Amino acid sequence: MREIGRHLLWPLAALAILLAFNALRDPAFFHLRLVEGRLTGAMIDILNQGAPVLLLALGMTLVIGTGGIDLSVGAVMAVAGAVAADLLHSGASTATALAAAVGAGLAAGLWNGSLIALVGLSPIVATLILMVAGRGIAQLVSNGEIIDIAPDAAILAIGRGTVLGLPFPVLIALGAAAALAGVARLTSLGLFIECVGGNEQASRYAGLAVRSIRLAAYALMGVLAAIAGLIDAADIAAADANNCGLYLELDSILAVVIGGAALTGGRFSIAGSLLGAIIIQTISTSILRADFGGRSVPVELNLIIKATFVLALCLVQSSEWRRWRPLRRSAAA
Amino acid sequence: MADALVEMREIVKTYPGVVALDAVDFTLRAGEIHALVGENGAGKSTLIRILTGAERPDRGRLLLNGREIHARSPAEAQRLGVAAVYQEINLAPDLSIAENLLLGREPRSRFGWIQWGEMRRRARQIVRSMGLEADVSAPLRDCSIALRQMIAVARAVDQRARVLVLDEPTSSLDAAETGRLFDLMRRLRAAGLGIVFITHFLEQVYAVSDRITVLRGGRCVGSHAARDLPRLALVSAMLGKAASAVAAERASTRRADCGGAARLVAKRVFRRRSIQPFDLTLRAGEVVGLAGLLGSGRTEMARLLFGVETRDGGTISINGAAMHRHSPRRSIRAGVALAPEDRRAAGLVPRLSVRDNILLALHASRGWLRRLPRRDQVALAEQFVRSLSIATPDLRRPVAQLSGGNQQKVILARWLLMEPTILLLDEPTRGIDIGAKEQVESLVADLRVRGMAIVFISGELEEVVRVSSRVVVLRDRAVVGELEGAAITAGSIMERIAGPAEGGGHA
Repeated sequence: MREIGRHLLWPLAALAILLAFNALRDPAFFHLRLVEGRLTGAMIDILNQGAPVLLLALGMTLVIGTGGIDLSVGAVMAVAGAVAADLLHSGASTATALAAAVGAGLAAGLWNGSLIALVGLSPIVATLILMVAGRGIAQLVSNGEIIDIAPDAAILAIGRGTVLGLPFPVLIALGAAAALAGVARLTSLGLFIECVGGNEQASRYAGLAVRSIRLAAYALMGVLAAIAGLIDAADIAAADANNCGLYLELDSILAVVIGGAALTGGRFSIAGSLLGAIIIQTISTSILRADFGGRSVPVELNLIIKATFVLALCLVQSSEWRRWRPLRRSAAA
Repeated sequence: MADALVEMREIVKTYPGVVALDAVDFTLRAGEIHALVGENGAGKSTLIRILTGAERPDRGRLLLNGREIHARSPAEAQRLGVAAVYQEINLAPDLSIAENLLLGREPRSRFGWIQWGEMRRRARQIVRSMGLEADVSAPLRDCSIALRQMIAVARAVDQRARVLVLDEPTSSLDAAETGRLFDLMRRLRAAGLGIVFITHFLEQVYAVSDRITVLRGGRCVGSHAARDLPRLALVSAMLGKAASAVAAERASTRRADCGGAARLVAKRVFRRRSIQPFDLTLRAGEVVGLAGLLGSGRTEMARLLFGVETRDGGTISINGAAMHRHSPRRSIRAGVALAPEDRRAAGLVPRLSVRDNILLALHASRGWLRRLPRRDQVALAEQFVRSLSIATPDLRRPVAQLSGGNQQKVILARWLLMEPTILLLDEPTRGIDIGAKEQVESLVADLRVRGMAIVFISGELEEVVRVSSRVVVLRDRAVVGELEGAAITAGSIMERIAGPAEGGGHA
């Protein structure tokens, strides 16, 4: 939150490069059209597809800010989706299903937070437990099958509905980002998180409720993961315990790192993480849309291209790398 | 003498907005212990960082044995024979002494396996050659800070260092440990090493140094043989004041009698392996000094009173409220503040700004929802930066960039703005320069007059004697005596620390 501006430079530049690349390959990339009251276009697709990662990245920003990490978010997404679909399947109301799914996410977050803040487990170990167990729980809830959601279910609006032409997932994600940025700016929460991540012992001596702050960060993470899970389930009209949110914990951590946060905690930027999430989704979308003389990029290369781009971005941002460059110059002189 | 080991000539180093070193000369000879003294911000650290390759000068030359060198990193400087042992020792606490001594240079067999037996043997040899005694397979974590420091020195020497920089090596040591370190330094001097010694304790400067170089405001204001530089002249060189003014200032701290309402009452409070049961009543308008050697239980006492550690028994009441489930939060709400001994580990959040650090306790007490408006934040922080004369270019500067004395003042500011009725100060003057020290001492006197109840912990007896209206003496984790009024003298405190008859040589 502190040094806004400079640290957003590289992510912004990276996004600009990605967008320029797309615009060159496909002049229609920036076109937006209103089709049946719904805005369509590549840019909207990116935001829409990226909404789950964006939500995860927001929560992950706070968790990493406290010096922690949450590996269980993908599994929590699956749990939330399975809980909602299962309840709907057995005739529960939409509101009940939504509340139960979000409640499951909250419970998961509190569980993680308790293991870390109260029991004192290391965040990696504590959330690794739920990363493994969570998917198991989701499979138990869904009996190991993909639970379909009825095509006319109201809950599908979360994934497919629009408001003023904007897809609902986009609104949820951007709304959450705005709300969180507002909270971080208007309250002391952002400062407290940076303190806990920056020096836990000093925070305790200064009278901060270190445990509660930790607990709150993981709880919020759980809720955001549940919402991401609901979006994912509503998007495909089914809860797939095996694949929902798979590897998204890594995407969201990457997004936060790209956004310039310190993985050791104590420094974070919501705007940065937002950019990071958009960059990650833009890479995926760009690869999918790119075609070279009628041939698309082989699917097998997708992940490697993405990894290469992220590596390059992390390198230019790292201070080690930057220190190394002037050194080379002075050695040559 | 012609055998200059290190010559630094006209070293200039500027940081944005500050000239840290302005054409400084420094000469270190082989076989001498050379004290480098100066107030915070005088440029000592910068000069050392340049000597050890951590920084490069903007201008000037650095000669080692008459040859110009350009070390680009501490590792490179070390290869050239310049090693530093810093205040915060950079060893690996979980590895054994032997591993620490030979890290990166482990004896290996033909197949690349580490030869543990050989390693222990070599380590024992090194330890013995330094005149130390230690079990080399014990993890470093279990050693005293003093021993760790000496292990760090031993490691440097064993890597064929010819120039050894000791930056505040004694700040965490008690008198006996300091003595042992000095013996080691003298031994190394006899072996022809050049030692740069930085300390804030003037007694120590005179105890071991052959030469003294004084820096002030980024300039060298003098380099003298220690025996040719009277103590008062040294102080006035450091402060840039006439000697008589310094003397007058020192005499001006007075104490008066005391005894207001009881603010804090502790009864039979103890914690196993930490401190034996003690009683303490702290009244408004008094300064209670806690005196004792390092590890005698002074810090433990303060931490129990503040609720950082949970006690195993006894009762504590603060301003009439019994502390049942004690925590720093509860203490703060009841009107207590603690400025901890280790300000880097327990005080500052290094990445945050000076302003955020000053306001941290206030923010915490208001909770996350009741954020102080930015205007008020700036006004409050500015007020305390001014009243404590904290030297910082601006409030947004990360607190890690301030000097030790100013960091200490930031923590004092944090607590003073909470307007506590009870102030616990654990080594508030450690590692800060003389000017800041005197400011802290007169601040304490001032707060006492205004009715605050203060606990003052310091390893410097003279200081405890100067500021305290009552002194509680600790030895071996127990309270062993109490002195009041005119009975408070360094001698009487030392007698009680030393203990009865046999005069226990505990460390």
